[in-house]
Amino acid sequence: MTGKGQQAQSPISGLMLSNVACVRGGRMLFTGVSFTLGAGDALVLAGPNGVGKSSLLRLIAGLLPAYAGQISRTGKLALADEHMALDARLPLTKALHYWATLDGNNAEGVRAALANFSLSHLADVPVRMLSTGQRRRATLARIALSKADIWLLDEPGNGLDTASLAQLNHAMAQHRAAGGIVIAASHQTLDLPGAAALTLEAAE
Amino acid sequence: MSAFFQILRRDLRLSLSAGGLGLPIAFFLLVATLYPFAVGPDGALLARTGGGVLWVAALLAALLPIDRLIAPDAEHGVLDQYAVRGVGEELVAAAKITAHWLSFGPPLMLAAIPAAALLRLDGPTLAAVELGLLAGTPGLAALGVMVASLTAGLRRSGALAGLLMLPLAVPLIIFGAGSIGDFGGGALRFLAASSLFLVAVAPFAAGAGIRALRD
Repeated sequence: MTGKGQQAQSPISGLMLSNVACVRGGRMLFTGVSFTLGAGDALVLAGPNGVGKSSLLRLIAGLLPAYAGQISRTGKLALADEHMALDARLPLTKALHYWATLDGNNAEGVRAALANFSLSHLADVPVRMLSTGQRRRATLARIALSKADIWLLDEPGNGLDTASLAQLNHAMAQHRAAGGIVIAASHQTLDLPGAAALTLEAAE
Repeated sequence: MSAFFQILRRDLRLSLSAGGLGLPIAFFLLVATLYPFAVGPDGALLARTGGGVLWVAALLAALLPIDRLIAPDAEHGVLDQYAVRGVGEELVAAAKITAHWLSFGPPLMLAAIPAAALLRLDGPTLAAVELGLLAGTPGLAALGVMVASLTAGLRRSGALAGLLMLPLAVPLIIFGAGSIGDFGGGALRFLAASSLFLVAVAPFAAGAGIRALRD
């Protein structure tokens, strides 16, 4: 519906961070984070709990202000964090369809995304009835149909079984092949060939 | 602009499924039914004070759903998803104000017709009430969303939201009830002006409130 979302994924997607620092609650989480990602690149964020992996993703998403440094990006964003952001009372298809329309996708795209994450049989089930793993897959389906260039995934593999993990890896590979960027914060090993790795360390 | 209508449609659907059009109507009619029991069946007294009672009922009906206007969306990451897509907070707030108004403004204007009969309001008074509601309820909706966004991050915000909203709604009540009397024309203009002011300011205030929720 948005018109500009109808066109194919733009071939130029890019993200550059230079010397980014993050402060939360008066505490310096990390400093001097710099990297450049181009079309087809991937980055895996690692580091102990509480070091600021999720904060870095929110920072890139523009949901948090950077304390220092610069972030520049080309391309649209999609964020999968711990919130599913799907209406609990709605059937899964309809809940996904809401975001699909906002992102310029359509019912066909929703069906394809559901199929890609083996959720087709749950299409008419209300979102609140889904299990943890199914919720996770629904969130990933929302990302997959977003037509965004840059995927920001916070622990995308949590609660997924082996088959679902393979589907996630497949979706990420497809996205990168189409010129997209994947940034994932994960404790699990994700199959992201040629991905850069960034281990966050606590400041001070 | 299409994001505006998408959000408007979703919020309208959510408020209709939560309380439906019936809830504000039922509340409004309940007040109109109870009031004659409380003050006695004196027709003249009812006719003189009934319009003001309807305005108080309208204000409280606008306040009813205030804790589910912003807080659930903030909690479930929906507002974050809007921001990630580059949908402005002011646009989100404006859509939410419109949806909130649609969910209680027109229903109240409908309910005012049977309520007027219960309170023995005559035709011209009913017309003045309807006109006043049309002018004033958008202001109430704007106020509701604004206060909801300011209190969404707080625990048990319902009572605080009421305390915040009621004083700000005093001009609407005064001019709203005033628009029913003999010199209603001037009060109606003041009512429309206060309402317009709130509608103009609220998207920015609520947008700032939504941004402040993020940290």
